Amino acid sequence: MAEARPARRRRAGWADPLFRGGTAVVAALVIATVLGVLVVLLKDSMLSVRKFGFSFWSTRTWDPVAGEFGALPFIWGTLYSSVLALLLATPVALGIAIFLAELCPGWLRQPLAFLTELLAAIPSIVYGLWGIFVLAPAVRVLEVHTPEILRRTALFSGPPLGVGMLAAALVLAVMVIPFTATVAREILKAVPVAQREAAYALGATRWEAIRLAVHYGRVGITGAVMLGFGRALGETMAVTMVIGNNPQVSLSLFAPQHTMAAVIANEFTEAADALYLNALVEIGLVLFIITVVINGLSRLLIWRMGRTKARPMVATPEVALAA
Amino acid sequence: MTPVKVRALGALIAAALLFGCGGSGEPPAAGQSSPALPGQGGAPSLGGDAGQINGAGATFPNPIYSKWFSEYSKSHPDVRINYQPIGSGGGIRQLTNQTVFFGASDGPMTDEQLKTAPGPILHLPTVLGGVVPVYNVPGLSADLKFSGPLLADIYLGKVKKWNDAAIAKENPGVKLPATDIAVAHRSDGSGTTYIFVDYLSKVSPEFKDKVGVATSVNWPVGVGGKGNEGVAGVVKQTPGAIGYVELIYALQNNIAYGAVKNKAGSYLKASLDSVTAAAAASSASMPADFRVSITDAEGKDAYPIASYTWILLYQNPPDKEKSRRMVEFMRWAITDGQAFTKELGYAPLPGAVVKLEQDALGKIQVQ
Repeated sequence: MAEARPARRRRAGWADPLFRGGTAVVAALVIATVLGVLVVLLKDSMLSVRKFGFSFWSTRTWDPVAGEFGALPFIWGTLYSSVLALLLATPVALGIAIFLAELCPGWLRQPLAFLTELLAAIPSIVYGLWGIFVLAPAVRVLEVHTPEILRRTALFSGPPLGVGMLAAALVLAVMVIPFTATVAREILKAVPVAQREAAYALGATRWEAIRLAVHYGRVGITGAVMLGFGRALGETMAVTMVIGNNPQVSLSLFAPQHTMAAVIANEFTEAADALYLNALVEIGLVLFIITVVINGLSRLLIWRMGRTKARPMVATPEVALAA
Repeated sequence: MTPVKVRALGALIAAALLFGCGGSGEPPAAGQSSPALPGQGGAPSLGGDAGQINGAGATFPNPIYSKWFSEYSKSHPDVRINYQPIGSGGGIRQLTNQTVFFGASDGPMTDEQLKTAPGPILHLPTVLGGVVPVYNVPGLSADLKFSGPLLADIYLGKVKKWNDAAIAKENPGVKLPATDIAVAHRSDGSGTTYIFVDYLSKVSPEFKDKVGVATSVNWPVGVGGKGNEGVAGVVKQTPGAIGYVELIYALQNNIAYGAVKNKAGSYLKASLDSVTAAAAASSASMPADFRVSITDAEGKDAYPIASYTWILLYQNPPDKEKSRRMVEFMRWAITDGQAFTKELGYAPLPGAVVKLEQDALGKIQVQ
């Protein structure tokens, strides 16, 4: 016994650094990839960056014939469709997560969780085809029957085409739901049982206990929502098939619009002209920068939420037990 | 313990978010290697292993090219040709960077593009395609007829309703509804768009001025559908819609399409024969480099929205053995190979053009 232990330690002596080194290399790959993406995007968009400067971000024209390029309609379309998708998806996803984690009868839990995750495994081209052949006609019926008084507002103006911002936001919402729901459910499951028991011990109703659990896991749930947002920002194929691909800045949910990922996918293969190609790569650069900024902001949000955790209104187990 | 776990999960998600989205903005790295001049022996071998000839370019002719390569390799087992349908623009880029031996394009290379290439490039027409107007107007008593200027005005957003006088003029006796016209076009850069706007620009000075000719243009009105199926989908789902698709796509999917008035004034519904007729009509005035647009062609049987698709070859490539094999293949493709065109929905080359091409193939250096 006394001899066996040092022997084991000696073996751990080389295994530890090896393992540490191995994982460090893998982790470094992440950094290298992100930096590599940035370098390539910068290098291949130089022509366009030099020619248009910051006006690239605020120009509405996208004219490959005249060689005039601006990213504003695509930035607008990407952010607008993603925010709309988030507004539609988050309540549903949280509902699914709470039901699965807190309320679902045992026999239903596994099948339902499995089906939710299955939604995430459907290829986006399938969502796109479903969008164009099933959803867009349905949206068109909705648009045709929108009351005239609403049609006069900026939000619902334009001819009823079916394809457009609303159809894109709906497809995106369906695609985002499984991601947000699955992660949020895991977060809720990670809330310690003591939390709930403490709440019940204090006479809380089920509703109050669930609110407490959601509040306890709010940092992670915010992360789950942001994961959905990132998914929506980068989605390409399904969106391009239903959004109408018309680069315009419009508030209207019925108007065909365009996104950054969609224009790259649509036009990259046929772009033979150098400036055109550089402008498309710069769209990728803009998308990269916006993604980094949004991630930074969400990290900040999560960090701030984490800091305010110990307030008394948050019943940590200690507080609950002490009470 | 658990708060830490929850927080760590949040961090993990944020990292996944950053990593996952960064990837979507990454473009396929275009080969930026410094191009070596052909003939100087700089490029060791143009792509892949010794025997294989690599090419890339237009998606439109991919079915017939694949058929040709497989048929040809049956009689010539030593010739292996590999074709990647990555789009005309990509094909031109890869050919210019010499990452492939041959390129393929639905639109001819511009003078500027030819200048950036490291050596002279030949355009060789292989087959022909046409573009047809498709529409969805419920309750029509007959198929619709269009004229070029009318199509241009519809795509400029000037003709807005189906009962517009300009449409009624081309379709006497047809009862037209007062429905709004919903314009659909391709959202992806495409040879189909190139042919269509090339035609509209020829027949309408205003269209040429406001929109112009390219594989992607700045459309004044309408929604963009991705691919032929995207445009056909929008047209099918939207009463009052008009779009344009490749003739092959319309034929294979049994989509009804309209007739178009040609330069001689006859209304033609596109067919493989009327597309070949357009090429034959213009073969007398074929320029030596084959970079020709045959939209709005002369002749009463010529369908006006038609075009060649080209294979692009260096006139003096460094690998002479591959060059010899490729030229032999091309001679086969423009003669015996033409027999496979119609079953796949392509219009064959007119005889006069085949003759001109055989002379041009003689210019390519094979030793």
